[in-house]
Amino acid sequence: MSTLGHLSTEVLVIGAGGAGMYAALQAQSQGARVLLVDRSLIGRGGSTVMAQMTVAAAMGGACPDHWEHHLADTLEAGRGLCEPALAQIVCEQGVECIAQLDDWGVGWARDDGRFAQVHAPGHDRARCVYVDFLDTGPAVARTLRTRLVRTPEIRRIGEIAITDLVVRDGRCCGAVGLHLPSGTAITMQADAVILATGGLTRLYRRNSGSANSGGDGYALALRAGAELVDMEFVQFFPIGHLAPRLIGMDPIMWDPFRYKLGGRLLNAQMEEFTERYGTPENGRYRITRDLATYAITKEVAAGRGSPHGGAWLSFQHLDQATLRDAFGPVIDRLARNGIDLTRDAIEVAPIAHYHMGGVAVDERMHTGVRGLFAAGEAVGGSNGANRLSGNAITEALVFGRLAGAQAAQVVAATRGASGLPRWQGDGPERDWLANRRGRPAQNCAALIEQLQSIMADQVGPFRSAAGLAKARRQLAAMAKALGNSPPGGIEGFDPELLDWLDLRQMLLVANCVCQAAAERTESRGAHQREDHPGLDEAWQQHLSISMHDGALVLRKQPIDALERLAA
Amino acid sequence: MTHTAILRIQRGGPGQTPAEQDFEVRFDPGQSLLDGLRQVRARHDPTLAFRFSCINANACKECMMKLDGKTVYACTARLEARVMRVAPLPNKPLVRDLLTQIAPGDEVLGAD
Repeated sequence: MSTLGHLSTEVLVIGAGGAGMYAALQAQSQGARVLLVDRSLIGRGGSTVMAQMTVAAAMGGACPDHWEHHLADTLEAGRGLCEPALAQIVCEQGVECIAQLDDWGVGWARDDGRFAQVHAPGHDRARCVYVDFLDTGPAVARTLRTRLVRTPEIRRIGEIAITDLVVRDGRCCGAVGLHLPSGTAITMQADAVILATGGLTRLYRRNSGSANSGGDGYALALRAGAELVDMEFVQFFPIGHLAPRLIGMDPIMWDPFRYKLGGRLLNAQMEEFTERYGTPENGRYRITRDLATYAITKEVAAGRGSPHGGAWLSFQHLDQATLRDAFGPVIDRLARNGIDLTRDAIEVAPIAHYHMGGVAVDERMHTGVRGLFAAGEAVGGSNGANRLSGNAITEALVFGRLAGAQAAQVVAATRGASGLPRWQGDGPERDWLANRRGRPAQNCAALIEQLQSIMADQVGPFRSAAGLAKARRQLAAMAKALGNSPPGGIEGFDPELLDWLDLRQMLLVANCVCQAAAERTESRGAHQREDHPGLDEAWQQHLSISMHDGALVLRKQPIDALERLAA
Repeated sequence: MTHTAILRIQRGGPGQTPAEQDFEVRFDPGQSLLDGLRQVRARHDPTLAFRFSCINANACKECMMKLDGKTVYACTARLEARVMRVAPLPNKPLVRDLLTQIAPGDEVLGAD
């Protein structure tokens, strides 16, 4: 197999979701040459396009607000584990980014000319903007894509799956990837690289994300010498759709339904039950994600779950007119699935939705490996142990813009330095991929499903030492059987090769989640230990993960000590 | 109650004579063609190629293909207990099996 070629740029952005697209636009606007790549289609293959509703920012549309209030709510939701500087950046700069998207024509809903904002759980006031109906994600993605298309200086290439970052003399100088349609290895040289690869929800059997969110960026960062943080904190969206089978709709859709209509969360006896776990709702949407996940899981464990093992969500007290007024054509889509909300309650259960952890960065989105930045959900630390509703899109936009700006500055600073050697595309990272041979001994599509079951069963909302140890053993056995040699021998698109490469990344990332979850012997936010219930003040610190000689090294890190990443 | 569908899928790469291959898929009512295709890869033949990202939400718009001659999204077309003929979009360059090149021309490698 030969390489298709070697591309050279100044800023390489890996991942073309909300964060990646904004990073590319910002870097280019500051004079950098940009190459934006994605393993799927630009602006369509990730989580941004799937966002259902809320984007939190202190716009002051519904009522007076200030980013300091948003920050207070963010820190509270994070259960003491937010990196305060990163959380502040999201809340403070979020206002500008949401206004910028407004200027770019995204179409935030309005009430009498002012931003329409809903009051989401965990917020002290109405703060979340949105695009009707359930169109926030597509609108944000479309708006950024349109600007990209109008900026031809940014080179956009889809269907490139990055397999490794390249580091020379302690500097990240590019990446190697597989061009999926042709099956050839491609090398990309850059002066700055931004990881905007999203989260790791694909690791779980039931998840609300895209098939591309397997945590690629975490594996790339780790192998490049960067640090990961808070990997054990996976957010389970508590009321993910469970039954009856619903197609053509996102499993998170009940979030917007609850914002606009309230709704009642009921157990098998058709009683509201969240009060039993500390948060009475009385038909309104008040309970935060970690507490709701806890309540539903515990209620099911007590034998009071719905038929498929979740809770009932009922809007039966509402009439058709009210439903249509709130959700228009979505009601027809539900009808095509045989669902009439005035007649039937539906079943919901926790579903893997977002990852609070990720690549450790400082206030410049810099990882500690020179030239390597991260942005969006791929960043760890800004949301602590539990993310506040509505902060994800805001974080994508703010961190994307910031990483793009910082990368452009690095490029400007090094542009004059003629002595700086530029990577020519050679080396073991490229050879490993270009010289692949043989066919896989196993069905890697089936193995990915197996990994997803292991994670769902042992590393879900509730963990135990025994379960985590079992998961680690099973994952280690899978990694050993997979080996280190990617399959080759087929021209063109090879779906088995892609599965093999994905498994390689996913196994490493899953191992990180398991080890961190085993190490943290307390319960906090989204990480709940059945054998260590209750929050332990001594654990108000991060767990970082680095790789040394192929082994994971876990360390405790104090909150608010990002200077350790200075490079 | 579980039913069985026969997915009659057009296979092959660019320049090859296409050939149909049958796969039996067990399903619960309400499941989608995309659910069925993913089952084929995990249980029968992982070399089957098709495109998708968002799995369920019909947000990514990547899973377009022909079902019994009509253009559908695989994620919203329901499985039925009969022979279902599945083929790639005929008006897009074929990459392999059901996977076609649907990206804009300036977003593919080789565009300059």
